[in-house]
Amino acid sequence: MADLSAMTEALVDCDEDKLFELVNAALAENIPATDVLNQGLIAGMDIVGEKMESGDMFIPEVLMAAQVMGKCVELLKPLLGEDEADGGANVIIGTVKGDLHDIGKNLVAMMLESAGMNVHNIGVDIEPEEFIAQIKEKNAKIICLSALLTTTMPMMKKTVAAIVESGLRNQVKIMVGGAPVTQAFADEIGADGFAPDAGSASKLAKALLN
Amino acid sequence: MFEVIGERINTSRKKVQAAVADRDADYILDDVKQQLEAGANFIDVNAGARIGHETEDMRWLIDTIQPIVTVPLCLDSPDPAVLEMAFQMVKKTPMINSISLEKDRLEAMLPFLDGKDCKVIALCMDDNGMPSNANDIIGRAVLLVKELNKIGIKTESIYIDPLVQPISTDSNKGVMVLDAVRGIKNKFPEVHITGGLSNISYGLPQRKIINRTFVTLMMDAGMDSAIIDPLDKAIMATIKTADMLLGHDNFCGGYLKGVRSGAIKS
Repeated sequence: MADLSAMTEALVDCDEDKLFELVNAALAENIPATDVLNQGLIAGMDIVGEKMESGDMFIPEVLMAAQVMGKCVELLKPLLGEDEADGGANVIIGTVKGDLHDIGKNLVAMMLESAGMNVHNIGVDIEPEEFIAQIKEKNAKIICLSALLTTTMPMMKKTVAAIVESGLRNQVKIMVGGAPVTQAFADEIGADGFAPDAGSASKLAKALLN
Repeated sequence: MFEVIGERINTSRKKVQAAVADRDADYILDDVKQQLEAGANFIDVNAGARIGHETEDMRWLIDTIQPIVTVPLCLDSPDPAVLEMAFQMVKKTPMINSISLEKDRLEAMLPFLDGKDCKVIALCMDDNGMPSNANDIIGRAVLLVKELNKIGIKTESIYIDPLVQPISTDSNKGVMVLDAVRGIKNKFPEVHITGGLSNISYGLPQRKIINRTFVTLMMDAGMDSAIIDPLDKAIMATIKTADMLLGHDNFCGGYLKGVRSGAIKS
């Protein structure tokens, strides 16, 4: 039986050659692609997220791990059932109206995707109405709002208020993040959670889904 | 000579925010004095973080700082009404922080700047977001200079901020901004280049060595100003030393003065 924990380790080490070898060996042994994905790759990215959170891994390494994982997922896709290939819960992520920053948001999107979620990264400068339309269209379980500026933080509050007003608040969890955002601010505007970095964002999203 | 814009008086910093909320003039004055002693050429004043209080906070900060400040202020707000009030209060020709090509910002700021005697920081930001390559940055700088020249701001009063982006997310982000600075200086030798530096090291450990090494490279490319913490002794010493190496310090006078005062150490 192929060793899925070795796969996890290879992913954390960003050892692309070894990871491909292990994935191919596992598939040759008829290990279900779902197991490879969940117990090998996603488990590996969970560790990457934790190491990022604890300051043991850094953004370039996380990006590299995500890239390597992406290549393996391509390899697995033809073997995964439609449901699994489609990813997990629908997540909408975007930067609020008036704010054009996207680096942090894209990192979070990448980590959530690597955690097996079906992420819709809808970009920057997003109106509250657009977030609401996307929640409806994608039947989203989580919505992530990003803001890098103190001047655009009030727009997070407005977006949350608009979601409440739209009647969708009970079907969706709201996460907020960005350099000036704090847990206190998240509580104040009625968000469900705040994460200080992409690693913890992925953990938080999983906790909110359960 | 390199111009340091001291960034410390910003209400998004917790201690400054508390001092402003408590109207603790001593704290603010002490901070400004330290920045001046460290060699700040401008003192940036940003009162934006206490939402709903910006006008009164800005007025109090300028009232507090003005009597002791020996260099111009850098008035930092996206709101032309706040800037207009601040502009009327200052005694020395200020720097305005900032204008950009974002449509709303540009349209709000141009009428405010029209006909005014001031320096202005111009961000290479437009409605498409952060620039994605060197030519993109250069193109935005050209547009900014054109718009500002049109309303009577001379090129030598413009401080272009090319927007430094984290190298952790893309290994080419350093070269991209360095090439852009060279390109901008090539088109407009009189324009100034400024900006924050610490974005370059976002997401990496031991950030200060990255910031210090980066500033020397940027200075060679043509950066002649930065928005930084003047109390960061290591970066100030690096800037002074690099300024000497680039031929901006006659008979190494600034460097030697720095060594004698203890500001520069090997």
